[in-house]
Amino acid sequence: MTERTITSSAYNWIDERLGLSELAAFARHKTVPVHSQSFWYYWGGISLFLFLVQCFTGVLLLVYYRPGAEAYESVRQITFVMHFGWLIRSAHAWAANLFIFAILVHMFSVFFMKAYRKPREFGWLSGMVLLGIASVFGFSGYLLPMDELSYFATKVGLQIPVAIPFVGPAIANMLRGGPEVSEFTVQRFFALHVVVLPALFLPLLAFHLWLVQRHGNASPPSEDAKPASERKSIPFMPNFLRKDLAMWLISLNILALLASVFPWALGRQADSLVPAPAGIHPEWYFMSPFEMLKLLGNVLPGEFGEIAGILLFTLGIALWILIPFYDIGKESGQRARAAHYFGLLAVFALLATTVIGYWTIR
Amino acid sequence: MSEEISVATFIPEDPGELNTRRAFLAAAGAAGLLYAAALAYPIYRYLASPEEMALSATAVTEVTLKDAQKLPLASVLMFKFGTAPAMLIRHADGRWIALSAVCTHLGCTVQYEPQADRIHCACHGGVYNAYTGANVSGPPPKPLKLFKVSVNDTGVEVSRT
Repeated sequence: MTERTITSSAYNWIDERLGLSELAAFARHKTVPVHSQSFWYYWGGISLFLFLVQCFTGVLLLVYYRPGAEAYESVRQITFVMHFGWLIRSAHAWAANLFIFAILVHMFSVFFMKAYRKPREFGWLSGMVLLGIASVFGFSGYLLPMDELSYFATKVGLQIPVAIPFVGPAIANMLRGGPEVSEFTVQRFFALHVVVLPALFLPLLAFHLWLVQRHGNASPPSEDAKPASERKSIPFMPNFLRKDLAMWLISLNILALLASVFPWALGRQADSLVPAPAGIHPEWYFMSPFEMLKLLGNVLPGEFGEIAGILLFTLGIALWILIPFYDIGKESGQRARAAHYFGLLAVFALLATTVIGYWTIR
Repeated sequence: MSEEISVATFIPEDPGELNTRRAFLAAAGAAGLLYAAALAYPIYRYLASPEEMALSATAVTEVTLKDAQKLPLASVLMFKFGTAPAMLIRHADGRWIALSAVCTHLGCTVQYEPQADRIHCACHGGVYNAYTGANVSGPPPKPLKLFKVSVNDTGVEVSRT
């Protein structure tokens, strides 16, 4: 037997059992639309790449991280004793922020391209849940170094569910592992961050990606309106994949630059007897909801304001999640326009409250 | 298949062009390798950190065991010489012996048995002479390494011979 017949018979053996040629045929026929807004197609892939970076750097941190009472000491060791530990930690922290940012860009581009419409409702819903889990990833990971900033951020953040009537305090105590943020909180946040959340995130991510394969990329209504002869597309293999990977490489370079030029800081060890430092504020992706609740608290002071704020906030998020069931038309009717303005309002509210939040830090 | 045919019937137009393409591919490959190495190097050093710390610990040539001079007759004191376990034995006749406690067979930590006055490894039944460290029976291929011992009023000093 020549080398070629050996290779081809080996391929056939595997193919008969795993169906590789079906996969290859699927990949050959997959196309991606090309138009003026094609740039936004990359952001789902960039989010995926940053998630993979998080898995990888997360496992590296896990090699030396110790939750519980030793949490701060172990992060100090990673940052200052282990070779390049500062870089791994910095990459994990920066990639976390870029990850949330990429997801938000992805979400808004899907929203404004109306890619949530039939048959992609499940893509939108699963994406929203993935964003929800990603923000819990961010919140739980932020506590793990147990420095001053993470301690107070968690203290404040876990104060928000307390406003929920009746069950609020019990929920907060359950999350904290007691009435105060302590080593028990770190330990359970750690379990959440490295076991529970990945176990929820991964299958949902697989579902999300499977849906993309099933329905392909949505094109914006302006493209759908064109006759088929005027619509352009490129094969996924290898043309789009090559561009996708180029974006991954650019993302990795930006991440490497940020992580090494602006290493993530480690504050002083958390101490429940030391007052909160001046200028303390939530991470940028929590700034907007934080500021919205604060502004509402000014208008409606007291416990009533807190509950009203949480209700209003929940309502806004529910409307956002349910948008595919409101804006169902294929054409740009009144509902389509209303959804568009709702999206613009959401972007404006997010940006405005974030700016106000940073403006009023001191 | 069709690709292979096209490769076979491919006629190089200009040898100069072929050379620049080859040079480009080589340069791109080299750049890719450098990039991968730049990623892999910090990760390797990060994971190897404890090993490097242990290396500086194995450079230890002398250990002072405080108050070890009070060790009773026919008893043993386990201690760390650098990173590896070692044992200080005070025999019934008052003689001091210090040796490595790592079995030369498969690295288990060995045990001094005062009744039999021998060193025994529970993992595979290796036996060593408790005065010289010589491998007496069982699978160990080499004797245990012997250290130099000097006893004074404040403690016992163990050093490499």
